Amino acid sequence: MKSFKKLGFSFAALGLLALASPLLSSTAIAQTDEEKGLEIATEWDKRDHGFGDSQATMQMVLVNRHGEESKREMRQKVLEVPGLDIGDKSLTIFDKPRDVKGTAFLSFAKILDPDDQWLYLPALKRVKRISSKNKSGPFVGSEFAFEDLSANELKKYTYKYLRDEKCGDLECFVVEQYPTYENSGYTKTIVWYDKDEYRQQKTEFYDRKKTLLKTLVYSDFKQYLGKHWRAHKMDMENHQTGKKTHLVFTEFEFQTGLKDGDFNKNSLKRAR
Amino acid sequence: MSKKLAKSLLLTSCMATLSLGGLSQSVVADDDTYFEFSGFVAADLRVFPNDAIQTGQEDQTLNSSIVLQPEMLYEWNDGDDRIEFNPFARLDSHDDERSHWDIRELNYLHINDGWDVVVGADKVFWGVTESRHLVDIINQTDAVEDVDGEDKLGQPMINLGVQQDWGNINAFVLPYFRERTFAGVDGRLRGSLVVDTDQAVYESSREEKHVDYALRYSHVVGDWDLGAAYFRGTSRDPRLVAGTDGSGNTVLIPHYDLIDRASIDVQATIEEWLWKLEAIYENADNYDSFAAMTAGFEYSFFGAIDDVGDIGILLEYHYDGRNDLAPATMFDDDIFVGTRLTLNDEDDTSFLGGVIYDPSSKATSFSVEAETRLSDFWSIELEGRMYQNIGKEELLYSSRDDDHIQLRLTRYF
Repeated sequence: MKSFKKLGFSFAALGLLALASPLLSSTAIAQTDEEKGLEIATEWDKRDHGFGDSQATMQMVLVNRHGEESKREMRQKVLEVPGLDIGDKSLTIFDKPRDVKGTAFLSFAKILDPDDQWLYLPALKRVKRISSKNKSGPFVGSEFAFEDLSANELKKYTYKYLRDEKCGDLECFVVEQYPTYENSGYTKTIVWYDKDEYRQQKTEFYDRKKTLLKTLVYSDFKQYLGKHWRAHKMDMENHQTGKKTHLVFTEFEFQTGLKDGDFNKNSLKRAR
Repeated sequence: MSKKLAKSLLLTSCMATLSLGGLSQSVVADDDTYFEFSGFVAADLRVFPNDAIQTGQEDQTLNSSIVLQPEMLYEWNDGDDRIEFNPFARLDSHDDERSHWDIRELNYLHINDGWDVVVGADKVFWGVTESRHLVDIINQTDAVEDVDGEDKLGQPMINLGVQQDWGNINAFVLPYFRERTFAGVDGRLRGSLVVDTDQAVYESSREEKHVDYALRYSHVVGDWDLGAAYFRGTSRDPRLVAGTDGSGNTVLIPHYDLIDRASIDVQATIEEWLWKLEAIYENADNYDSFAAMTAGFEYSFFGAIDDVGDIGILLEYHYDGRNDLAPATMFDDDIFVGTRLTLNDEDDTSFLGGVIYDPSSKATSFSVEAETRLSDFWSIELEGRMYQNIGKEELLYSSRDDDHIQLRLTRYF
């Protein structure tokens, strides 16, 4: 009888929940934090499907603990490769500082396997295939690691929902994420997704010793093609060294007609 | 143009460049076209601690020289059509042969869907190894620049490239031959006899106008980067044959033979390992056919320096089966061991040091290269070469006392 009562109560609770929040499915009541985390990330991933290709100019300002700045300027071209089991292709061309002008970096992101990467050195006109095992290494001396800038793919992490929390003027889901790929420099990241648009608003990175290493804050969001949100400012702070890197995107363009042929060893040599 | 006039023009333009500072220009003429002017000027200071041992050579305890390389780019059709112009000039305080200029690039590039074509002077690099560039043949070496063979003269060409799912093909027509540069009588880093480039001898009756051809196939299959090539034409490596110049001095005369050469280059990129192989088979009328290869690896310890910098270990083995009649090489049976330090700091500081060792003769040559950025426009580079146990039978014998250190300060614009 006791169990029947409990069951009855559950049915009532379910009914109430269903009324209050029609979005939640009837299985929601049994949903674990892991399932909820994955659901949030899946929604985030789904909302960016179909961007096709994009081009942007990036400015990076590296600030050391004494406040001294050094600047980088580069252009990035990205080609969306559809499918959950393969990553996007990207080409990064350096304009500044002048001594690395014309250097270009081609990357085919994978999910669990190491990415394929090539570097073009204009002085020798040489294309070098490089090891991508170094995911945790710094990108051009900045506080961004290669893995922070390579394509964010759903299957690169497992997820666990932590809590709801206010993030600025917005309400956020807070989700803990564990890298599934090899050679990550992180044991986990904690990501704040806003409930309005499922945009990543903030990420905390925890190092191999599980202590807080870096915080990345996204801001200045703009929407493209009525669908795709892009942060135009990304500020990374390393709490262990006191160094910071500010990344600013300008001149975002979508569906510019980039093709697969624009992302290979040959096109790397003539990248501009 | 007289040498004196050329010198004063070069000096004036270097000064002008330095004083103007941020000269770099990029102008978008309209939506479709784009013009950019950039480049660099560099001051090289070379120190030769040992006295010169060859007749006529100057000691050059301190050698200074200045380099200017402007780069001009004009684009239209959204970058699908481009003209590039990169002249180069060096003014050396001692050696008149090392004071020289060249057109590194002056070409038109057209890019289409699945194919492209280059017409004009250009530079093309083939290969994967670090201590010897065995398969790299399109461009002549500008040997007065440095001993590492990485400085090249602009090569006139038509280069048609086709890119397909099954790989890339490049077909080259090379209508004009460039002679190798050699140090003059005052210069260090030369043979005991001066090379008289004015008397160059060609196997082809068309001499430098002989048309050379090359074909290259390259493809990426998973972790493997593959290349295969065929070259038919005038060898970039001359045989040096004793002769006399107009005033009766004994000199070396470069002989350029016609050759056929097939080559392959392979790199497997597996985790921290880069496995590399370059191999050639060369056939000529004036000496026996031979094969040569370079094989080795580079292994990286990522994050080994303060969790941020990388340490790489390089090992390469050189075999060369040519006999004494063929153009000489120092890589007959040698081992290269090197290390690369990449700090991954905000100044891109890096270091590459290595030694090439001949186990049979014990001949050893050391080389170090280190560079870092000073600011957005300035960088500094240190180079050192040292020779030890160089016996009479070695190609480097006449350079055995030419150990040197070079400091280069570069201003980009």
